[in-house]
Amino acid sequence: MAEAQPLLEVRNLSVTFDTAQGPVRAVRDVSWSVGRGEVLAILGESGSGKSVSSSAVLDLIDCPPGRIESGQILFEGRDLLGMSRAERRTINGRRIAMIFQDPLSHLNPVYAVGWQIEETMVIHGTSRAEARAETLRLLARVGIPDPAEAAAKYPHQFSGGQRQRLMIAMALALKPDLLIADEPTTALDVTVQAQILALIEELQAETGMGLVIITHDLGVVAEMADRVVVMNRGEIVERGGAAEVYRNPQHPYTQRLIAAAPGQGAMRETRQDASPILSLRHVSKRYGAFTALHGISYDLHEGEVLAIVGESGSGKSTTARLLLRLEEASGGQALYRGQDLLAMSPRDLHALRREIQMVFQDPTQSLNPRMTVYQLISEAWAIHPGIVERARWRARVAELLAEVGLDDGYMSRYPHQISGGQRQRVAIARALALEPRIIVCDEAVSALDVQVQAQVIRLLDRLKASHGLSYIFIAHDLPVVRDFADRVLVMRGGRIVEQGDVRQIFEMPREEYTRNLLAASLDPDPEVQAQRRAARQAMETA
Amino acid sequence: MQRFLARRAVSSGVSLALLVVAVFFLSRLTGDPTDLYLPIDASAEAREAFRQLHGLDRPLILQFLDYVGDLLRLDFGDSIRRARPALEVVIGAFGWTLQLALITMAIVSGAAITLGSLAAFHVGGVFDRIATFFSLIGASAPDFWVAIVAITVFSVGLGWLPTSGTGTLWHWVLPVAVLFIRPFGLILQVVRGSMITALGSAYVKTARAKGVGARAMIFVHALRNAMLPVLTVIGDQAAALLNGAVVVETIFGFPGVGKLMIDSILQRDFPVVLAAIMVTAFAIFLMNILIDLAYAALDPRIRY
Repeated sequence: MAEAQPLLEVRNLSVTFDTAQGPVRAVRDVSWSVGRGEVLAILGESGSGKSVSSSAVLDLIDCPPGRIESGQILFEGRDLLGMSRAERRTINGRRIAMIFQDPLSHLNPVYAVGWQIEETMVIHGTSRAEARAETLRLLARVGIPDPAEAAAKYPHQFSGGQRQRLMIAMALALKPDLLIADEPTTALDVTVQAQILALIEELQAETGMGLVIITHDLGVVAEMADRVVVMNRGEIVERGGAAEVYRNPQHPYTQRLIAAAPGQGAMRETRQDASPILSLRHVSKRYGAFTALHGISYDLHEGEVLAIVGESGSGKSTTARLLLRLEEASGGQALYRGQDLLAMSPRDLHALRREIQMVFQDPTQSLNPRMTVYQLISEAWAIHPGIVERARWRARVAELLAEVGLDDGYMSRYPHQISGGQRQRVAIARALALEPRIIVCDEAVSALDVQVQAQVIRLLDRLKASHGLSYIFIAHDLPVVRDFADRVLVMRGGRIVEQGDVRQIFEMPREEYTRNLLAASLDPDPEVQAQRRAARQAMETA
Repeated sequence: MQRFLARRAVSSGVSLALLVVAVFFLSRLTGDPTDLYLPIDASAEAREAFRQLHGLDRPLILQFLDYVGDLLRLDFGDSIRRARPALEVVIGAFGWTLQLALITMAIVSGAAITLGSLAAFHVGGVFDRIATFFSLIGASAPDFWVAIVAITVFSVGLGWLPTSGTGTLWHWVLPVAVLFIRPFGLILQVVRGSMITALGSAYVKTARAKGVGARAMIFVHALRNAMLPVLTVIGDQAAALLNGAVVVETIFGFPGVGKLMIDSILQRDFPVVLAAIMVTAFAIFLMNILIDLAYAALDPRIRY
């Protein structure tokens, strides 16, 4: 009987959103199911509609603008869509719970976390005193130190990983039968991601609940899922066992997605003849009593990709901001063509600035929303006269757009009118406009979908050859670094832990920390991932 | 916290000092007070005697220093028209204004926050449209006109309410009602806008996923987050009322500080004008500190 009836079954669900541009069919005829103790992954890129069906499960779709056009959502055989609001509220949080990406914005900033966890229980009938005691037990269970003190604190006083632990405690307070996790580890550091996934897995084993993980990351699927459904443009294009789908994808979309996953290509062989173009010596940065950088030294060679990897707080972005003088260093030198960038007068710096450009993580924020693509790119020539004469601006913008793979129709568009990947191309074209020697990419591909990410990496690679560029490539995503970098610098707590050629770092890491980092990073191949997990558990028990 | 309060006290002290300088010298720009107080046909001797009596014959800078010295002892001088200490006159009137402002703002805040939140929850719906329509009308209605219409209809026409003065509870109805309209419209708009953002936020989605009901979602989860901009506007509107609702107090013959200020200016009763300005400035300074403290109480991320 339990075989015949899954815990939750979504049947032929279609949801449409009415927008100013007309109706958008977010999901079409989507069906999936999950049983007790089972892990289903819903894999898809942004805009694929992967979160829509689970939002419908929890009645989180606003109608209007949303419209559930057809389908059923059967929970233990009863159709949730046929129930009243009040009845669904008794299921939400008690029988079906959800955790989200970005726990900072999903926790209420003005209430103590203990209160928020208690609330889950109180609204479903537990007494306040009982809920309070249970909250302390839950906090300890999810690994929050000093539960009594932590319960009185507010979300902003915790780290990203701890906040996700708090969300998990809140979701699991009433031991739900089903947990839906929407990109639960996306913004987290790799080691923290590994811990959170391990925690979710442990708790699932403990309670026997069903688990739906919504993700864009093949690595998460490989680590967690029994079964996977792949979504593209609101439709399920493929479904099956996780290992089976990875090894033998049937649909062209799935094939492309798996082929685009980073970390599978050949690593680069480092050239030995290159000379340093930029040399940092003992660069340090202090904020009051806090030291963000402890006097680090490294060289960037002509024509190379130097990756700086590390977790949040490692100081990897600080080095970039100091180099570009977005912030002033507290000490040290950065020699570029014999001149110290860090001590240069503003006038000299202005002339040099064009030679070192930056591409940021989030083009939505780094491109002025009120300027057209043409204005965004040509503005640089107004600031640095003498590069391109005004009469040639339009032609030159068209050339630059062509180099990054956009046609000149994009010139009159605004950033919000183009996709994330296109915006990042514009940001790259903007950096190229000044004909720089060095481009600092600060998490420049982190926010992009894998296929777009692969395209942008190929673009950066091509431009490196054609323009004689050198890159400082700051990233937390190790597979991307493995494919793209010549040399790698591993940072932690404002210090360089290890630096070396990409092959040495990935195949023969010398430092314990680098080994941990590599062990925590996820591989898209479920088999490789199973081996890694075994190795990690061996490391933990040893 | 104590450092914050100390810093605010110092910066407000500087503002108050500048205000004293400005008010004192501006009031003298209107000419020799002697000409204003004494009849046109007063003799030269009488004028001289008046000047000596009030110290007006001395250099202006010395008069100013005397004035400042008195202020430091909280002595604002005597009212020229009333023969009572100016401060006493002002505090009497300010008590009335304070009551009027508190009652009005309490009703306004309660109504605007409740209705604005509900409008935001039903954004685009019938209730929202009605609330928005009336709040926009309210926010743009000139109060002198509303006051006169209200008197015409409710006092003169229907005879339900007294036209002016104080004494019974009925005397409060029209001034409060007229003062209510504009801040209500304004604050409702701010609440609505701020609540639409808060209700669309990620933490409200979390609350829905937890099974929180609509009422708690609006008034517990969203409202506290939406209150910061609302508090700013409430403070602003309350300050306007504390300054003396000049027009409304005058029309309804309400003995508040706004009416007192206008009367004193017309009568060139400078000690009273100065005292009134200093008292209201001090009240607004206190209220701003209260608002800052309320920010910190509402949002744990704000710490001074």
